[in-house]
Amino acid sequence: MRIDGKGLVDRTKPVRFRFDGKDYAGYKGDTLASALLANDVRLVGRSFKYHRPRGVLTAGSEEPNALVEVVGAQNQTPNVRATVQEVFEGLVTQSQNRLGSLKYDLLAVNDYLSPFLSAGFYYKTFMWPRAFWEGLYEPIIRRAAGLGSLSGKHDEGTYEKAFAFCDVLVIGSGPAGLMAALTAGRAGADVILCEESHALGGRLLSDSQTIGGMAAGDWVAQVVAELQALPNVRIMARTTVTGAYDNGTYGALERVGLHKPARPNLPRECFWRIVAKHAVLASGALERPVAFENNDRPGIMMASGVRTYLNRYGVVPGKRVTLFANTDQARGVARELMAAGVTVAAIIDPRPDASAVEDCPVHVGAEVVGSRGRLGLSGIQVRKGSEVIEIETDCLAMSGGWNPTIHLTCHMNGRPRWDEELAAFVPMEGAVPGLVAVGAANGSMSTHGALATGHAAAVKAVEALGRKVSVPVPEAEDAPYRLKALWSVEGKGRAWLDFANDVTTKDVKLAAQEGYRSVEHMKRYTTQGMAPDQGKNSNVSALAVLADATGRGIAETGVTTFRPPYTPVSIAALGAGGRAEGFAPQRFLTSDQASRDRHAPMIEAGLWYRPSYFPKPGEATWREACDREVDMVRQAVGVADVSTLGKIDIQGKDAGRFLDFVYTNTFSTLPVGRVRYGLMLREDGLVLDDGTSARLGENHYLMTTTTAAAGLVMRHLDFVQQAFCADWQVRFISVTESWAQFAVAGPKARALVNSFLEEPVELPFMGVAPVRIGGVDGRLFRISFSGEEGYELAVPTRYGEALFRDLLARAETMGGGPYGMEALNVLRIEKGFITHAEIHGRVTAYDIGMEKMVSAKKDCIGKAAATRPGMWGPEREQLVGLKAQAPISAGAHLFMPGAEVHRETDQGYVTSVCWSPTLGAFLGLGFLKDGRARMGEKIRLVDHLRGLDVICEVMNPVFHDPEGEKLRA
Amino acid sequence: MRLTCPLCGERDRREFYYYGAEDFLHRPGEGAPLSDWDNYLHLRDNPAGVTKDLWYHEAGCAQWLLVTRNTVTHEITGVELVAERAK
Amino acid sequence: MPELIAKSALEGRSLSVGTVRLAEVDVGPITSVALLPGGAKAVAKGLKSLGLAMPEPNSFAEKKGARIVWTGREQAFLMSADCPVLEGAAVTDQSDGWAMLGLSGAAAVDVLARLVPLDLRLAVCPVGTALRSQLNHMNVVILRTGDHAFEILVFRSMAQTAWHEIEAAAQMLAARAGMKL
Repeated sequence: MRIDGKGLVDRTKPVRFRFDGKDYAGYKGDTLASALLANDVRLVGRSFKYHRPRGVLTAGSEEPNALVEVVGAQNQTPNVRATVQEVFEGLVTQSQNRLGSLKYDLLAVNDYLSPFLSAGFYYKTFMWPRAFWEGLYEPIIRRAAGLGSLSGKHDEGTYEKAFAFCDVLVIGSGPAGLMAALTAGRAGADVILCEESHALGGRLLSDSQTIGGMAAGDWVAQVVAELQALPNVRIMARTTVTGAYDNGTYGALERVGLHKPARPNLPRECFWRIVAKHAVLASGALERPVAFENNDRPGIMMASGVRTYLNRYGVVPGKRVTLFANTDQARGVARELMAAGVTVAAIIDPRPDASAVEDCPVHVGAEVVGSRGRLGLSGIQVRKGSEVIEIETDCLAMSGGWNPTIHLTCHMNGRPRWDEELAAFVPMEGAVPGLVAVGAANGSMSTHGALATGHAAAVKAVEALGRKVSVPVPEAEDAPYRLKALWSVEGKGRAWLDFANDVTTKDVKLAAQEGYRSVEHMKRYTTQGMAPDQGKNSNVSALAVLADATGRGIAETGVTTFRPPYTPVSIAALGAGGRAEGFAPQRFLTSDQASRDRHAPMIEAGLWYRPSYFPKPGEATWREACDREVDMVRQAVGVADVSTLGKIDIQGKDAGRFLDFVYTNTFSTLPVGRVRYGLMLREDGLVLDDGTSARLGENHYLMTTTTAAAGLVMRHLDFVQQAFCADWQVRFISVTESWAQFAVAGPKARALVNSFLEEPVELPFMGVAPVRIGGVDGRLFRISFSGEEGYELAVPTRYGEALFRDLLARAETMGGGPYGMEALNVLRIEKGFITHAEIHGRVTAYDIGMEKMVSAKKDCIGKAAATRPGMWGPEREQLVGLKAQAPISAGAHLFMPGAEVHRETDQGYVTSVCWSPTLGAFLGLGFLKDGRARMGEKIRLVDHLRGLDVICEVMNPVFHDPEGEKLRA
Repeated sequence: MRLTCPLCGERDRREFYYYGAEDFLHRPGEGAPLSDWDNYLHLRDNPAGVTKDLWYHEAGCAQWLLVTRNTVTHEITGVELVAERAK
Repeated sequence: MPELIAKSALEGRSLSVGTVRLAEVDVGPITSVALLPGGAKAVAKGLKSLGLAMPEPNSFAEKKGARIVWTGREQAFLMSADCPVLEGAAVTDQSDGWAMLGLSGAAAVDVLARLVPLDLRLAVCPVGTALRSQLNHMNVVILRTGDHAFEILVFRSMAQTAWHEIEAAAQMLAARAGMKL
């Protein structure tokens, strides 16, 4: 019911929205909860386990009951707290966790089964018979588990992430937060003020008090206006600081577009990483319920919630309100209700010494012991001494006192301190370096306390920043808190602690009785605090009940650990920008467009996109294209873009010495103008990478790495140089991106290359020379990864596309053309050249038959470890070639023909396979125990995954032209 | 987590690559017994308290850094360039 | 003889989103200058002819159209000028390895805040600052060329990705424009 003249919603801006198929009206500034309450909708959800009817409990992000689904065109978001979701024109929502309608939820049968569903029922019930698990229990549990449902589609919504930096981060904009932000802001510090709600002011928007002689709302407006005018203050509304991390880093979730209809490019949420030199935690406190029988009916709410709905939204959730509270502060709720013309049926205050000044029945020293009303509250039972009276009421406002919102102070493993007077946990000072809790978050419950501590923390922060400030603290209410702790009321029925997960005082007592005395064990046994609200409303009460049941004090019982995030954060926001192409950068070759023009399918190789093959008309499969391309290279000439290989320019007098140290073989003796294959080990003796290095000048080398390991090798070289040879005359830098490089391979390669050059060069095998092509300085290498006479032609990247297109045009006049990754792979397997399929991080130089490349004359990285026992010898698996007449697979394992196939008889495995059009057979490379001594043997290849069982011949891995005559032609 | 690179200044942890203990800087000399290599490559302390380890400012200046930090308090008390470290 | 046509990474593309402008910038030659041990004096002498010196960490300097940018320990990129002979340094042509993106406008800094984990507040990052960092997952060098202007050096092969990611961030920011409390 809406009350005229109350609330801060904009009555000139009505908004229509939908809940469970029915249209309602609210106002701009309403939350879904306030708008539903204004429409007298009390039943908004069903509880998790018992499917009990539930209504709105709170007015904040801690809400455990009013969880709904928000339905968008592209997404459906479950577990949205109706107390946080703002209404907007066209908002569509629905209730969740029900079978059938909300009123007639079929799963409400669980409530009648509750004697069988107590804590630990899951562990006790589904143990037997064992066979029932898969067929019966699991499907039922899966159907019943979880809250809410998803759309089943990709969330195509926009999400954002961002970084921010400030001197002072203020978390919360109640009196403490505003005072801290104002103080730090006036001092000229860079301030970020985060407020979870859409409006600033915190509890000052919810209660009627005065600050500095003004109405609190006016004071808030004045401070906010000043903060907005300060260029050094950034106000972030709708932003929840969700976590505190090392070195002043905070995570925060901003709800950017969730209060508006979706619109292109407007983020739904933004996840902020805020780095702050100082942080002021002004997160306030959360009011705690009291456990009494059937305390979970719609209409039973937190007193602070009732107050917020009244003062901020102009809504009263009932016609005859009762108040059950144990602090003086909460008594104000009744007074404000009466002032607004609402009937207060009774105040029940358990404190025997409490006053009774209000103009309504006040029961001092009394307790609420029960309630009635199936889908909504209709009455309560109150016990006063030995007498129980019945009071008709449709809304009970309850308060068991307050828990400071200390969560962030515990995120770095800080344990809170129990404060006996407050009957609550307060933050341990310094638990998060740089963060100071103020106001109610630190146990200062009065408005004056909030203003004064917020001010003091800000002054301290700005002084640490070397600034000065003088801001007076305005006068405000400073009444004592006067709480008498009341966690639960004696009674026989079920009294709820955790509303969201249906945990009652009985469950906690049962856990204690069954030996789960530790708070962490009790939590897991009962699921206390494991629902979306993470126990914000109930954890402290639950451990008070546990303490009582185990005969210990609360401080001694301890608390469970608060971990980030404080409120739920969508994965989409955490991973913003990371979907689809956003997952990793895409690296494009200069030949990219030319390859796509020829309809080459592009495949990912690391971050690069490379052509898989170049289909010709009439070719039905990739194999046909690949076979043709292999033949083309073997018979005429092929062109491939190999720019993805890592290229590192190395200079200095000690460049050769440095290469000698990082490669197993020697480069200092390489003549200028020559290229040498090099093998690089990790310090543990395993192969890191291989490639060729060219000597371009006396003190100038060019190293080539594999595409896959380019970054890895750079990091390794940096480490070796900085750790062991920082004083050597050597510097290096990546030039991978500086050169476009094309392989030209085949018997006609030389003719093709010479047709390009201003002056033809005669290069020996493994030679390099500077060349000029069409007025451009380039480099020509005579190297081959195909086994044919091969060249690699490099030009500055800007000319890459032009050169590639020209090379193809020329090659095609000679019966050649481009070849892709598939053909490149076949060509190298036929020749027994290895890639990272073979040097996969577990092989030694010995395993690949290159132990003679580890020079005996010098030290190098990995040399010592490579000589350790077990790193070489016949017991190791060695590189071999495999030849078969039926398809074989990489990943298959090798066995003796006739032997049983299991782990103990495993002889090795296969790393690369292809169909070789050149040899007319299926070829493979693999590792076989003592393989080099077993040439000519038959071996059995088994792949259970692909259903292969093939006899192969063990061969020299260099299948094609083993003497290398073609290479050196 | 943030690290203060001696060259680039204070940076987010995402810019750095973690390698391992400082031990990797103490490479045994040529001809050292294999037990020294075993120590160097594989044997590590796992201190609850101050530790020194190697980080690489991969997305920054490409320098290797020797970081002194406390595994219990997460406090970082020193960051040195490996190339210019006091030996 | 082939005729080789030069193409820049983004073929001089430009774009405006809201108050932000993004454009590929032609910076001419880029040369890496890496000091060899003991080479500082000789390099200083060589750079004097351009009126430049090896820059302090995280900074760049300009003189008569030439620019020198700190890029690492005892390393700098000389831009927009031919590199004089420098004894005492490893000198490597980097002209083709990078694409330079110019990002300007009042919201440029907010666009970068969505992509780069750096403190870009003017007091911390004044004009003349050069930072090595990352733009999402791409290594970059970011130059503060004006209160509301940046230049971003990104590996040439990733220029398209960088472009798309900056554009997307700018569009998200523009969609927020006008949103109030």
